[in-house]
Amino acid sequence: MTLSVDIHKRLGEFQLDAQFTLDRGVLGILGASGCGKSKTLQCITGIETPDTGRIVLNGRVLFDSRQKINVPVQDRKVGYLFQNYALFPNMTVQENIGCGVRAQHDAKERQEIIRTIITQMQLLGLENLKPRQLSGGQQQRVALARIMVNEPEILLLDEPFSALDAYLRDILMTDFHAFLASFKKDVILVTHSRDEAYQLSSSLAIMQQGHFAACGDTHQIFEDPGTKEGAKLTGCKNIVAAQRLAAHTVLVPVWGVSFNTAQVVGENLCAIGIRGHSFLPSCRENAHAVKIVEKIEQPFEWVVKFHFPKQVVTSEAIWWRLPKAGGPLVLPEQLGVLAKDILLLYS
Amino acid sequence: MDWYPLWNSLRIAALTSVLVFFVGIFLAYYIAKLPKTVKGILDVVLTMPLVLPPTVCGWFLLLIFGLTHPVGIFLQQYGVQFVMTWYGGVLTSGLVAFPLMYRTARSAFESFDETLAWSGKTLGLSDTFIFWRIRMPYCRQGIVAGIVLSFARALGEYGATSMLIGYIPKQTATISTTVYQLWRTNDEGSAFVWVMVNLAISAIVLLIVNMLEKSNREKRAVQ
Repeated sequence: MTLSVDIHKRLGEFQLDAQFTLDRGVLGILGASGCGKSKTLQCITGIETPDTGRIVLNGRVLFDSRQKINVPVQDRKVGYLFQNYALFPNMTVQENIGCGVRAQHDAKERQEIIRTIITQMQLLGLENLKPRQLSGGQQQRVALARIMVNEPEILLLDEPFSALDAYLRDILMTDFHAFLASFKKDVILVTHSRDEAYQLSSSLAIMQQGHFAACGDTHQIFEDPGTKEGAKLTGCKNIVAAQRLAAHTVLVPVWGVSFNTAQVVGENLCAIGIRGHSFLPSCRENAHAVKIVEKIEQPFEWVVKFHFPKQVVTSEAIWWRLPKAGGPLVLPEQLGVLAKDILLLYS
Repeated sequence: MDWYPLWNSLRIAALTSVLVFFVGIFLAYYIAKLPKTVKGILDVVLTMPLVLPPTVCGWFLLLIFGLTHPVGIFLQQYGVQFVMTWYGGVLTSGLVAFPLMYRTARSAFESFDETLAWSGKTLGLSDTFIFWRIRMPYCRQGIVAGIVLSFARALGEYGATSMLIGYIPKQTATISTTVYQLWRTNDEGSAFVWVMVNLAISAIVLLIVNMLEKSNREKRAVQ
């Protein structure tokens, strides 16, 4: 067990209850803004102090309210990549990285460590620039280099790509994948982006209003998010209240249709989710007639909004996403969904 | 012409700047962290000398350090006497200039991006390092402006100074007390020379302040 966290903190009206363990690899914490994910990281670094609870990293107790242990931030060996990277503006790239080098190294070793990381992080030629002269991606690499030379036992990433524009984000995310693979330490990645969470994390936790709603293997969570919030955060567009009819059948009253499901429907089912891509015109399974309401052209796909014939008129239209095939968009009479693509959601 | 007042004024102003620099940033740093109500009260008390007439400040200093008052009597046993000595001038101009340093330093500290301090801490940097190598450089311009303003204020101090250290030629005479003394004794010519000296120094100080503000703006524009 690498990191185990069980903390509780009250912040005005907001109650944070974070409880999870991380064994190996990259844990993604996916949540909407204000759900407490950054606060959780700050409690691990020691920037925030929980009211009660316990944090253990590699057998070292960092915080324990009962034993009154609260290790100072400086001694925790927790690397934290701030959203804005928090580079010291008055120092050059080299000096910034130098700040991270641990004190036990002598001057010669320091130089060696700094030179190595500058090469490794592709910062050659930028050594004497100030942070404000760097691009967003370069700033991120300097911040990571500064954390790496600090030899942390775990790395916490707080929305690492939110300060970058979309183009750079896509490029850096692939680089980041390689970086995380070479880093060989445990990582917690906090994000509100399902793409980042999916690409970078091996296990995933969904955070919702201060507590962990679901936790598990990333692919599994995307296949079966389990809760409405989880479905929403993993990008599911169609979430609707539903009732259990039989072991493998659910009824959606608002849409006026029922669906067969692959999974056994639990008694306490509250909603189902169907991803925009899951509707298929040629699918016989769960096929229903549809009335197209609106079609929206996007760069590489169509978004078609439709109603079922008996759907409550005032209810929200259903999203169907399909890739552009090249030819004109042919609108179908009916759409089907594979039984396994009906996400069962519980409260 | 006796240049002692120029030397004495510069000496008092320089020492005052050093004094208010340390006391000002120390108080500004710690008070910024205090709860709101305590902060509000201390703010009022510490800014008071800025709005009080300097003679009132002088009166308070005499009340404390006067030779017939307890603190004054106590200090005299160790040969320290603020009344009628040149270094008493550091005390008077220090009191009057302090709010300028304190307020500029505080607003500079309040503009500091605290995530920088936190990131320093997660890297294991000591609080002292963070203060002197990250926080102070970040707030440099505000603090330098505070020092320059304090220097200028100290140089121009008259009211409290004349009450506590008076005017003794070659001992406590400063530019401002000298100008008054020369005017009083109808020595218009000498008074004019000192006025010119004073104008020159003030102009230089204001030029420095303007240059600082300009480079500050340019730096912000880059960021």
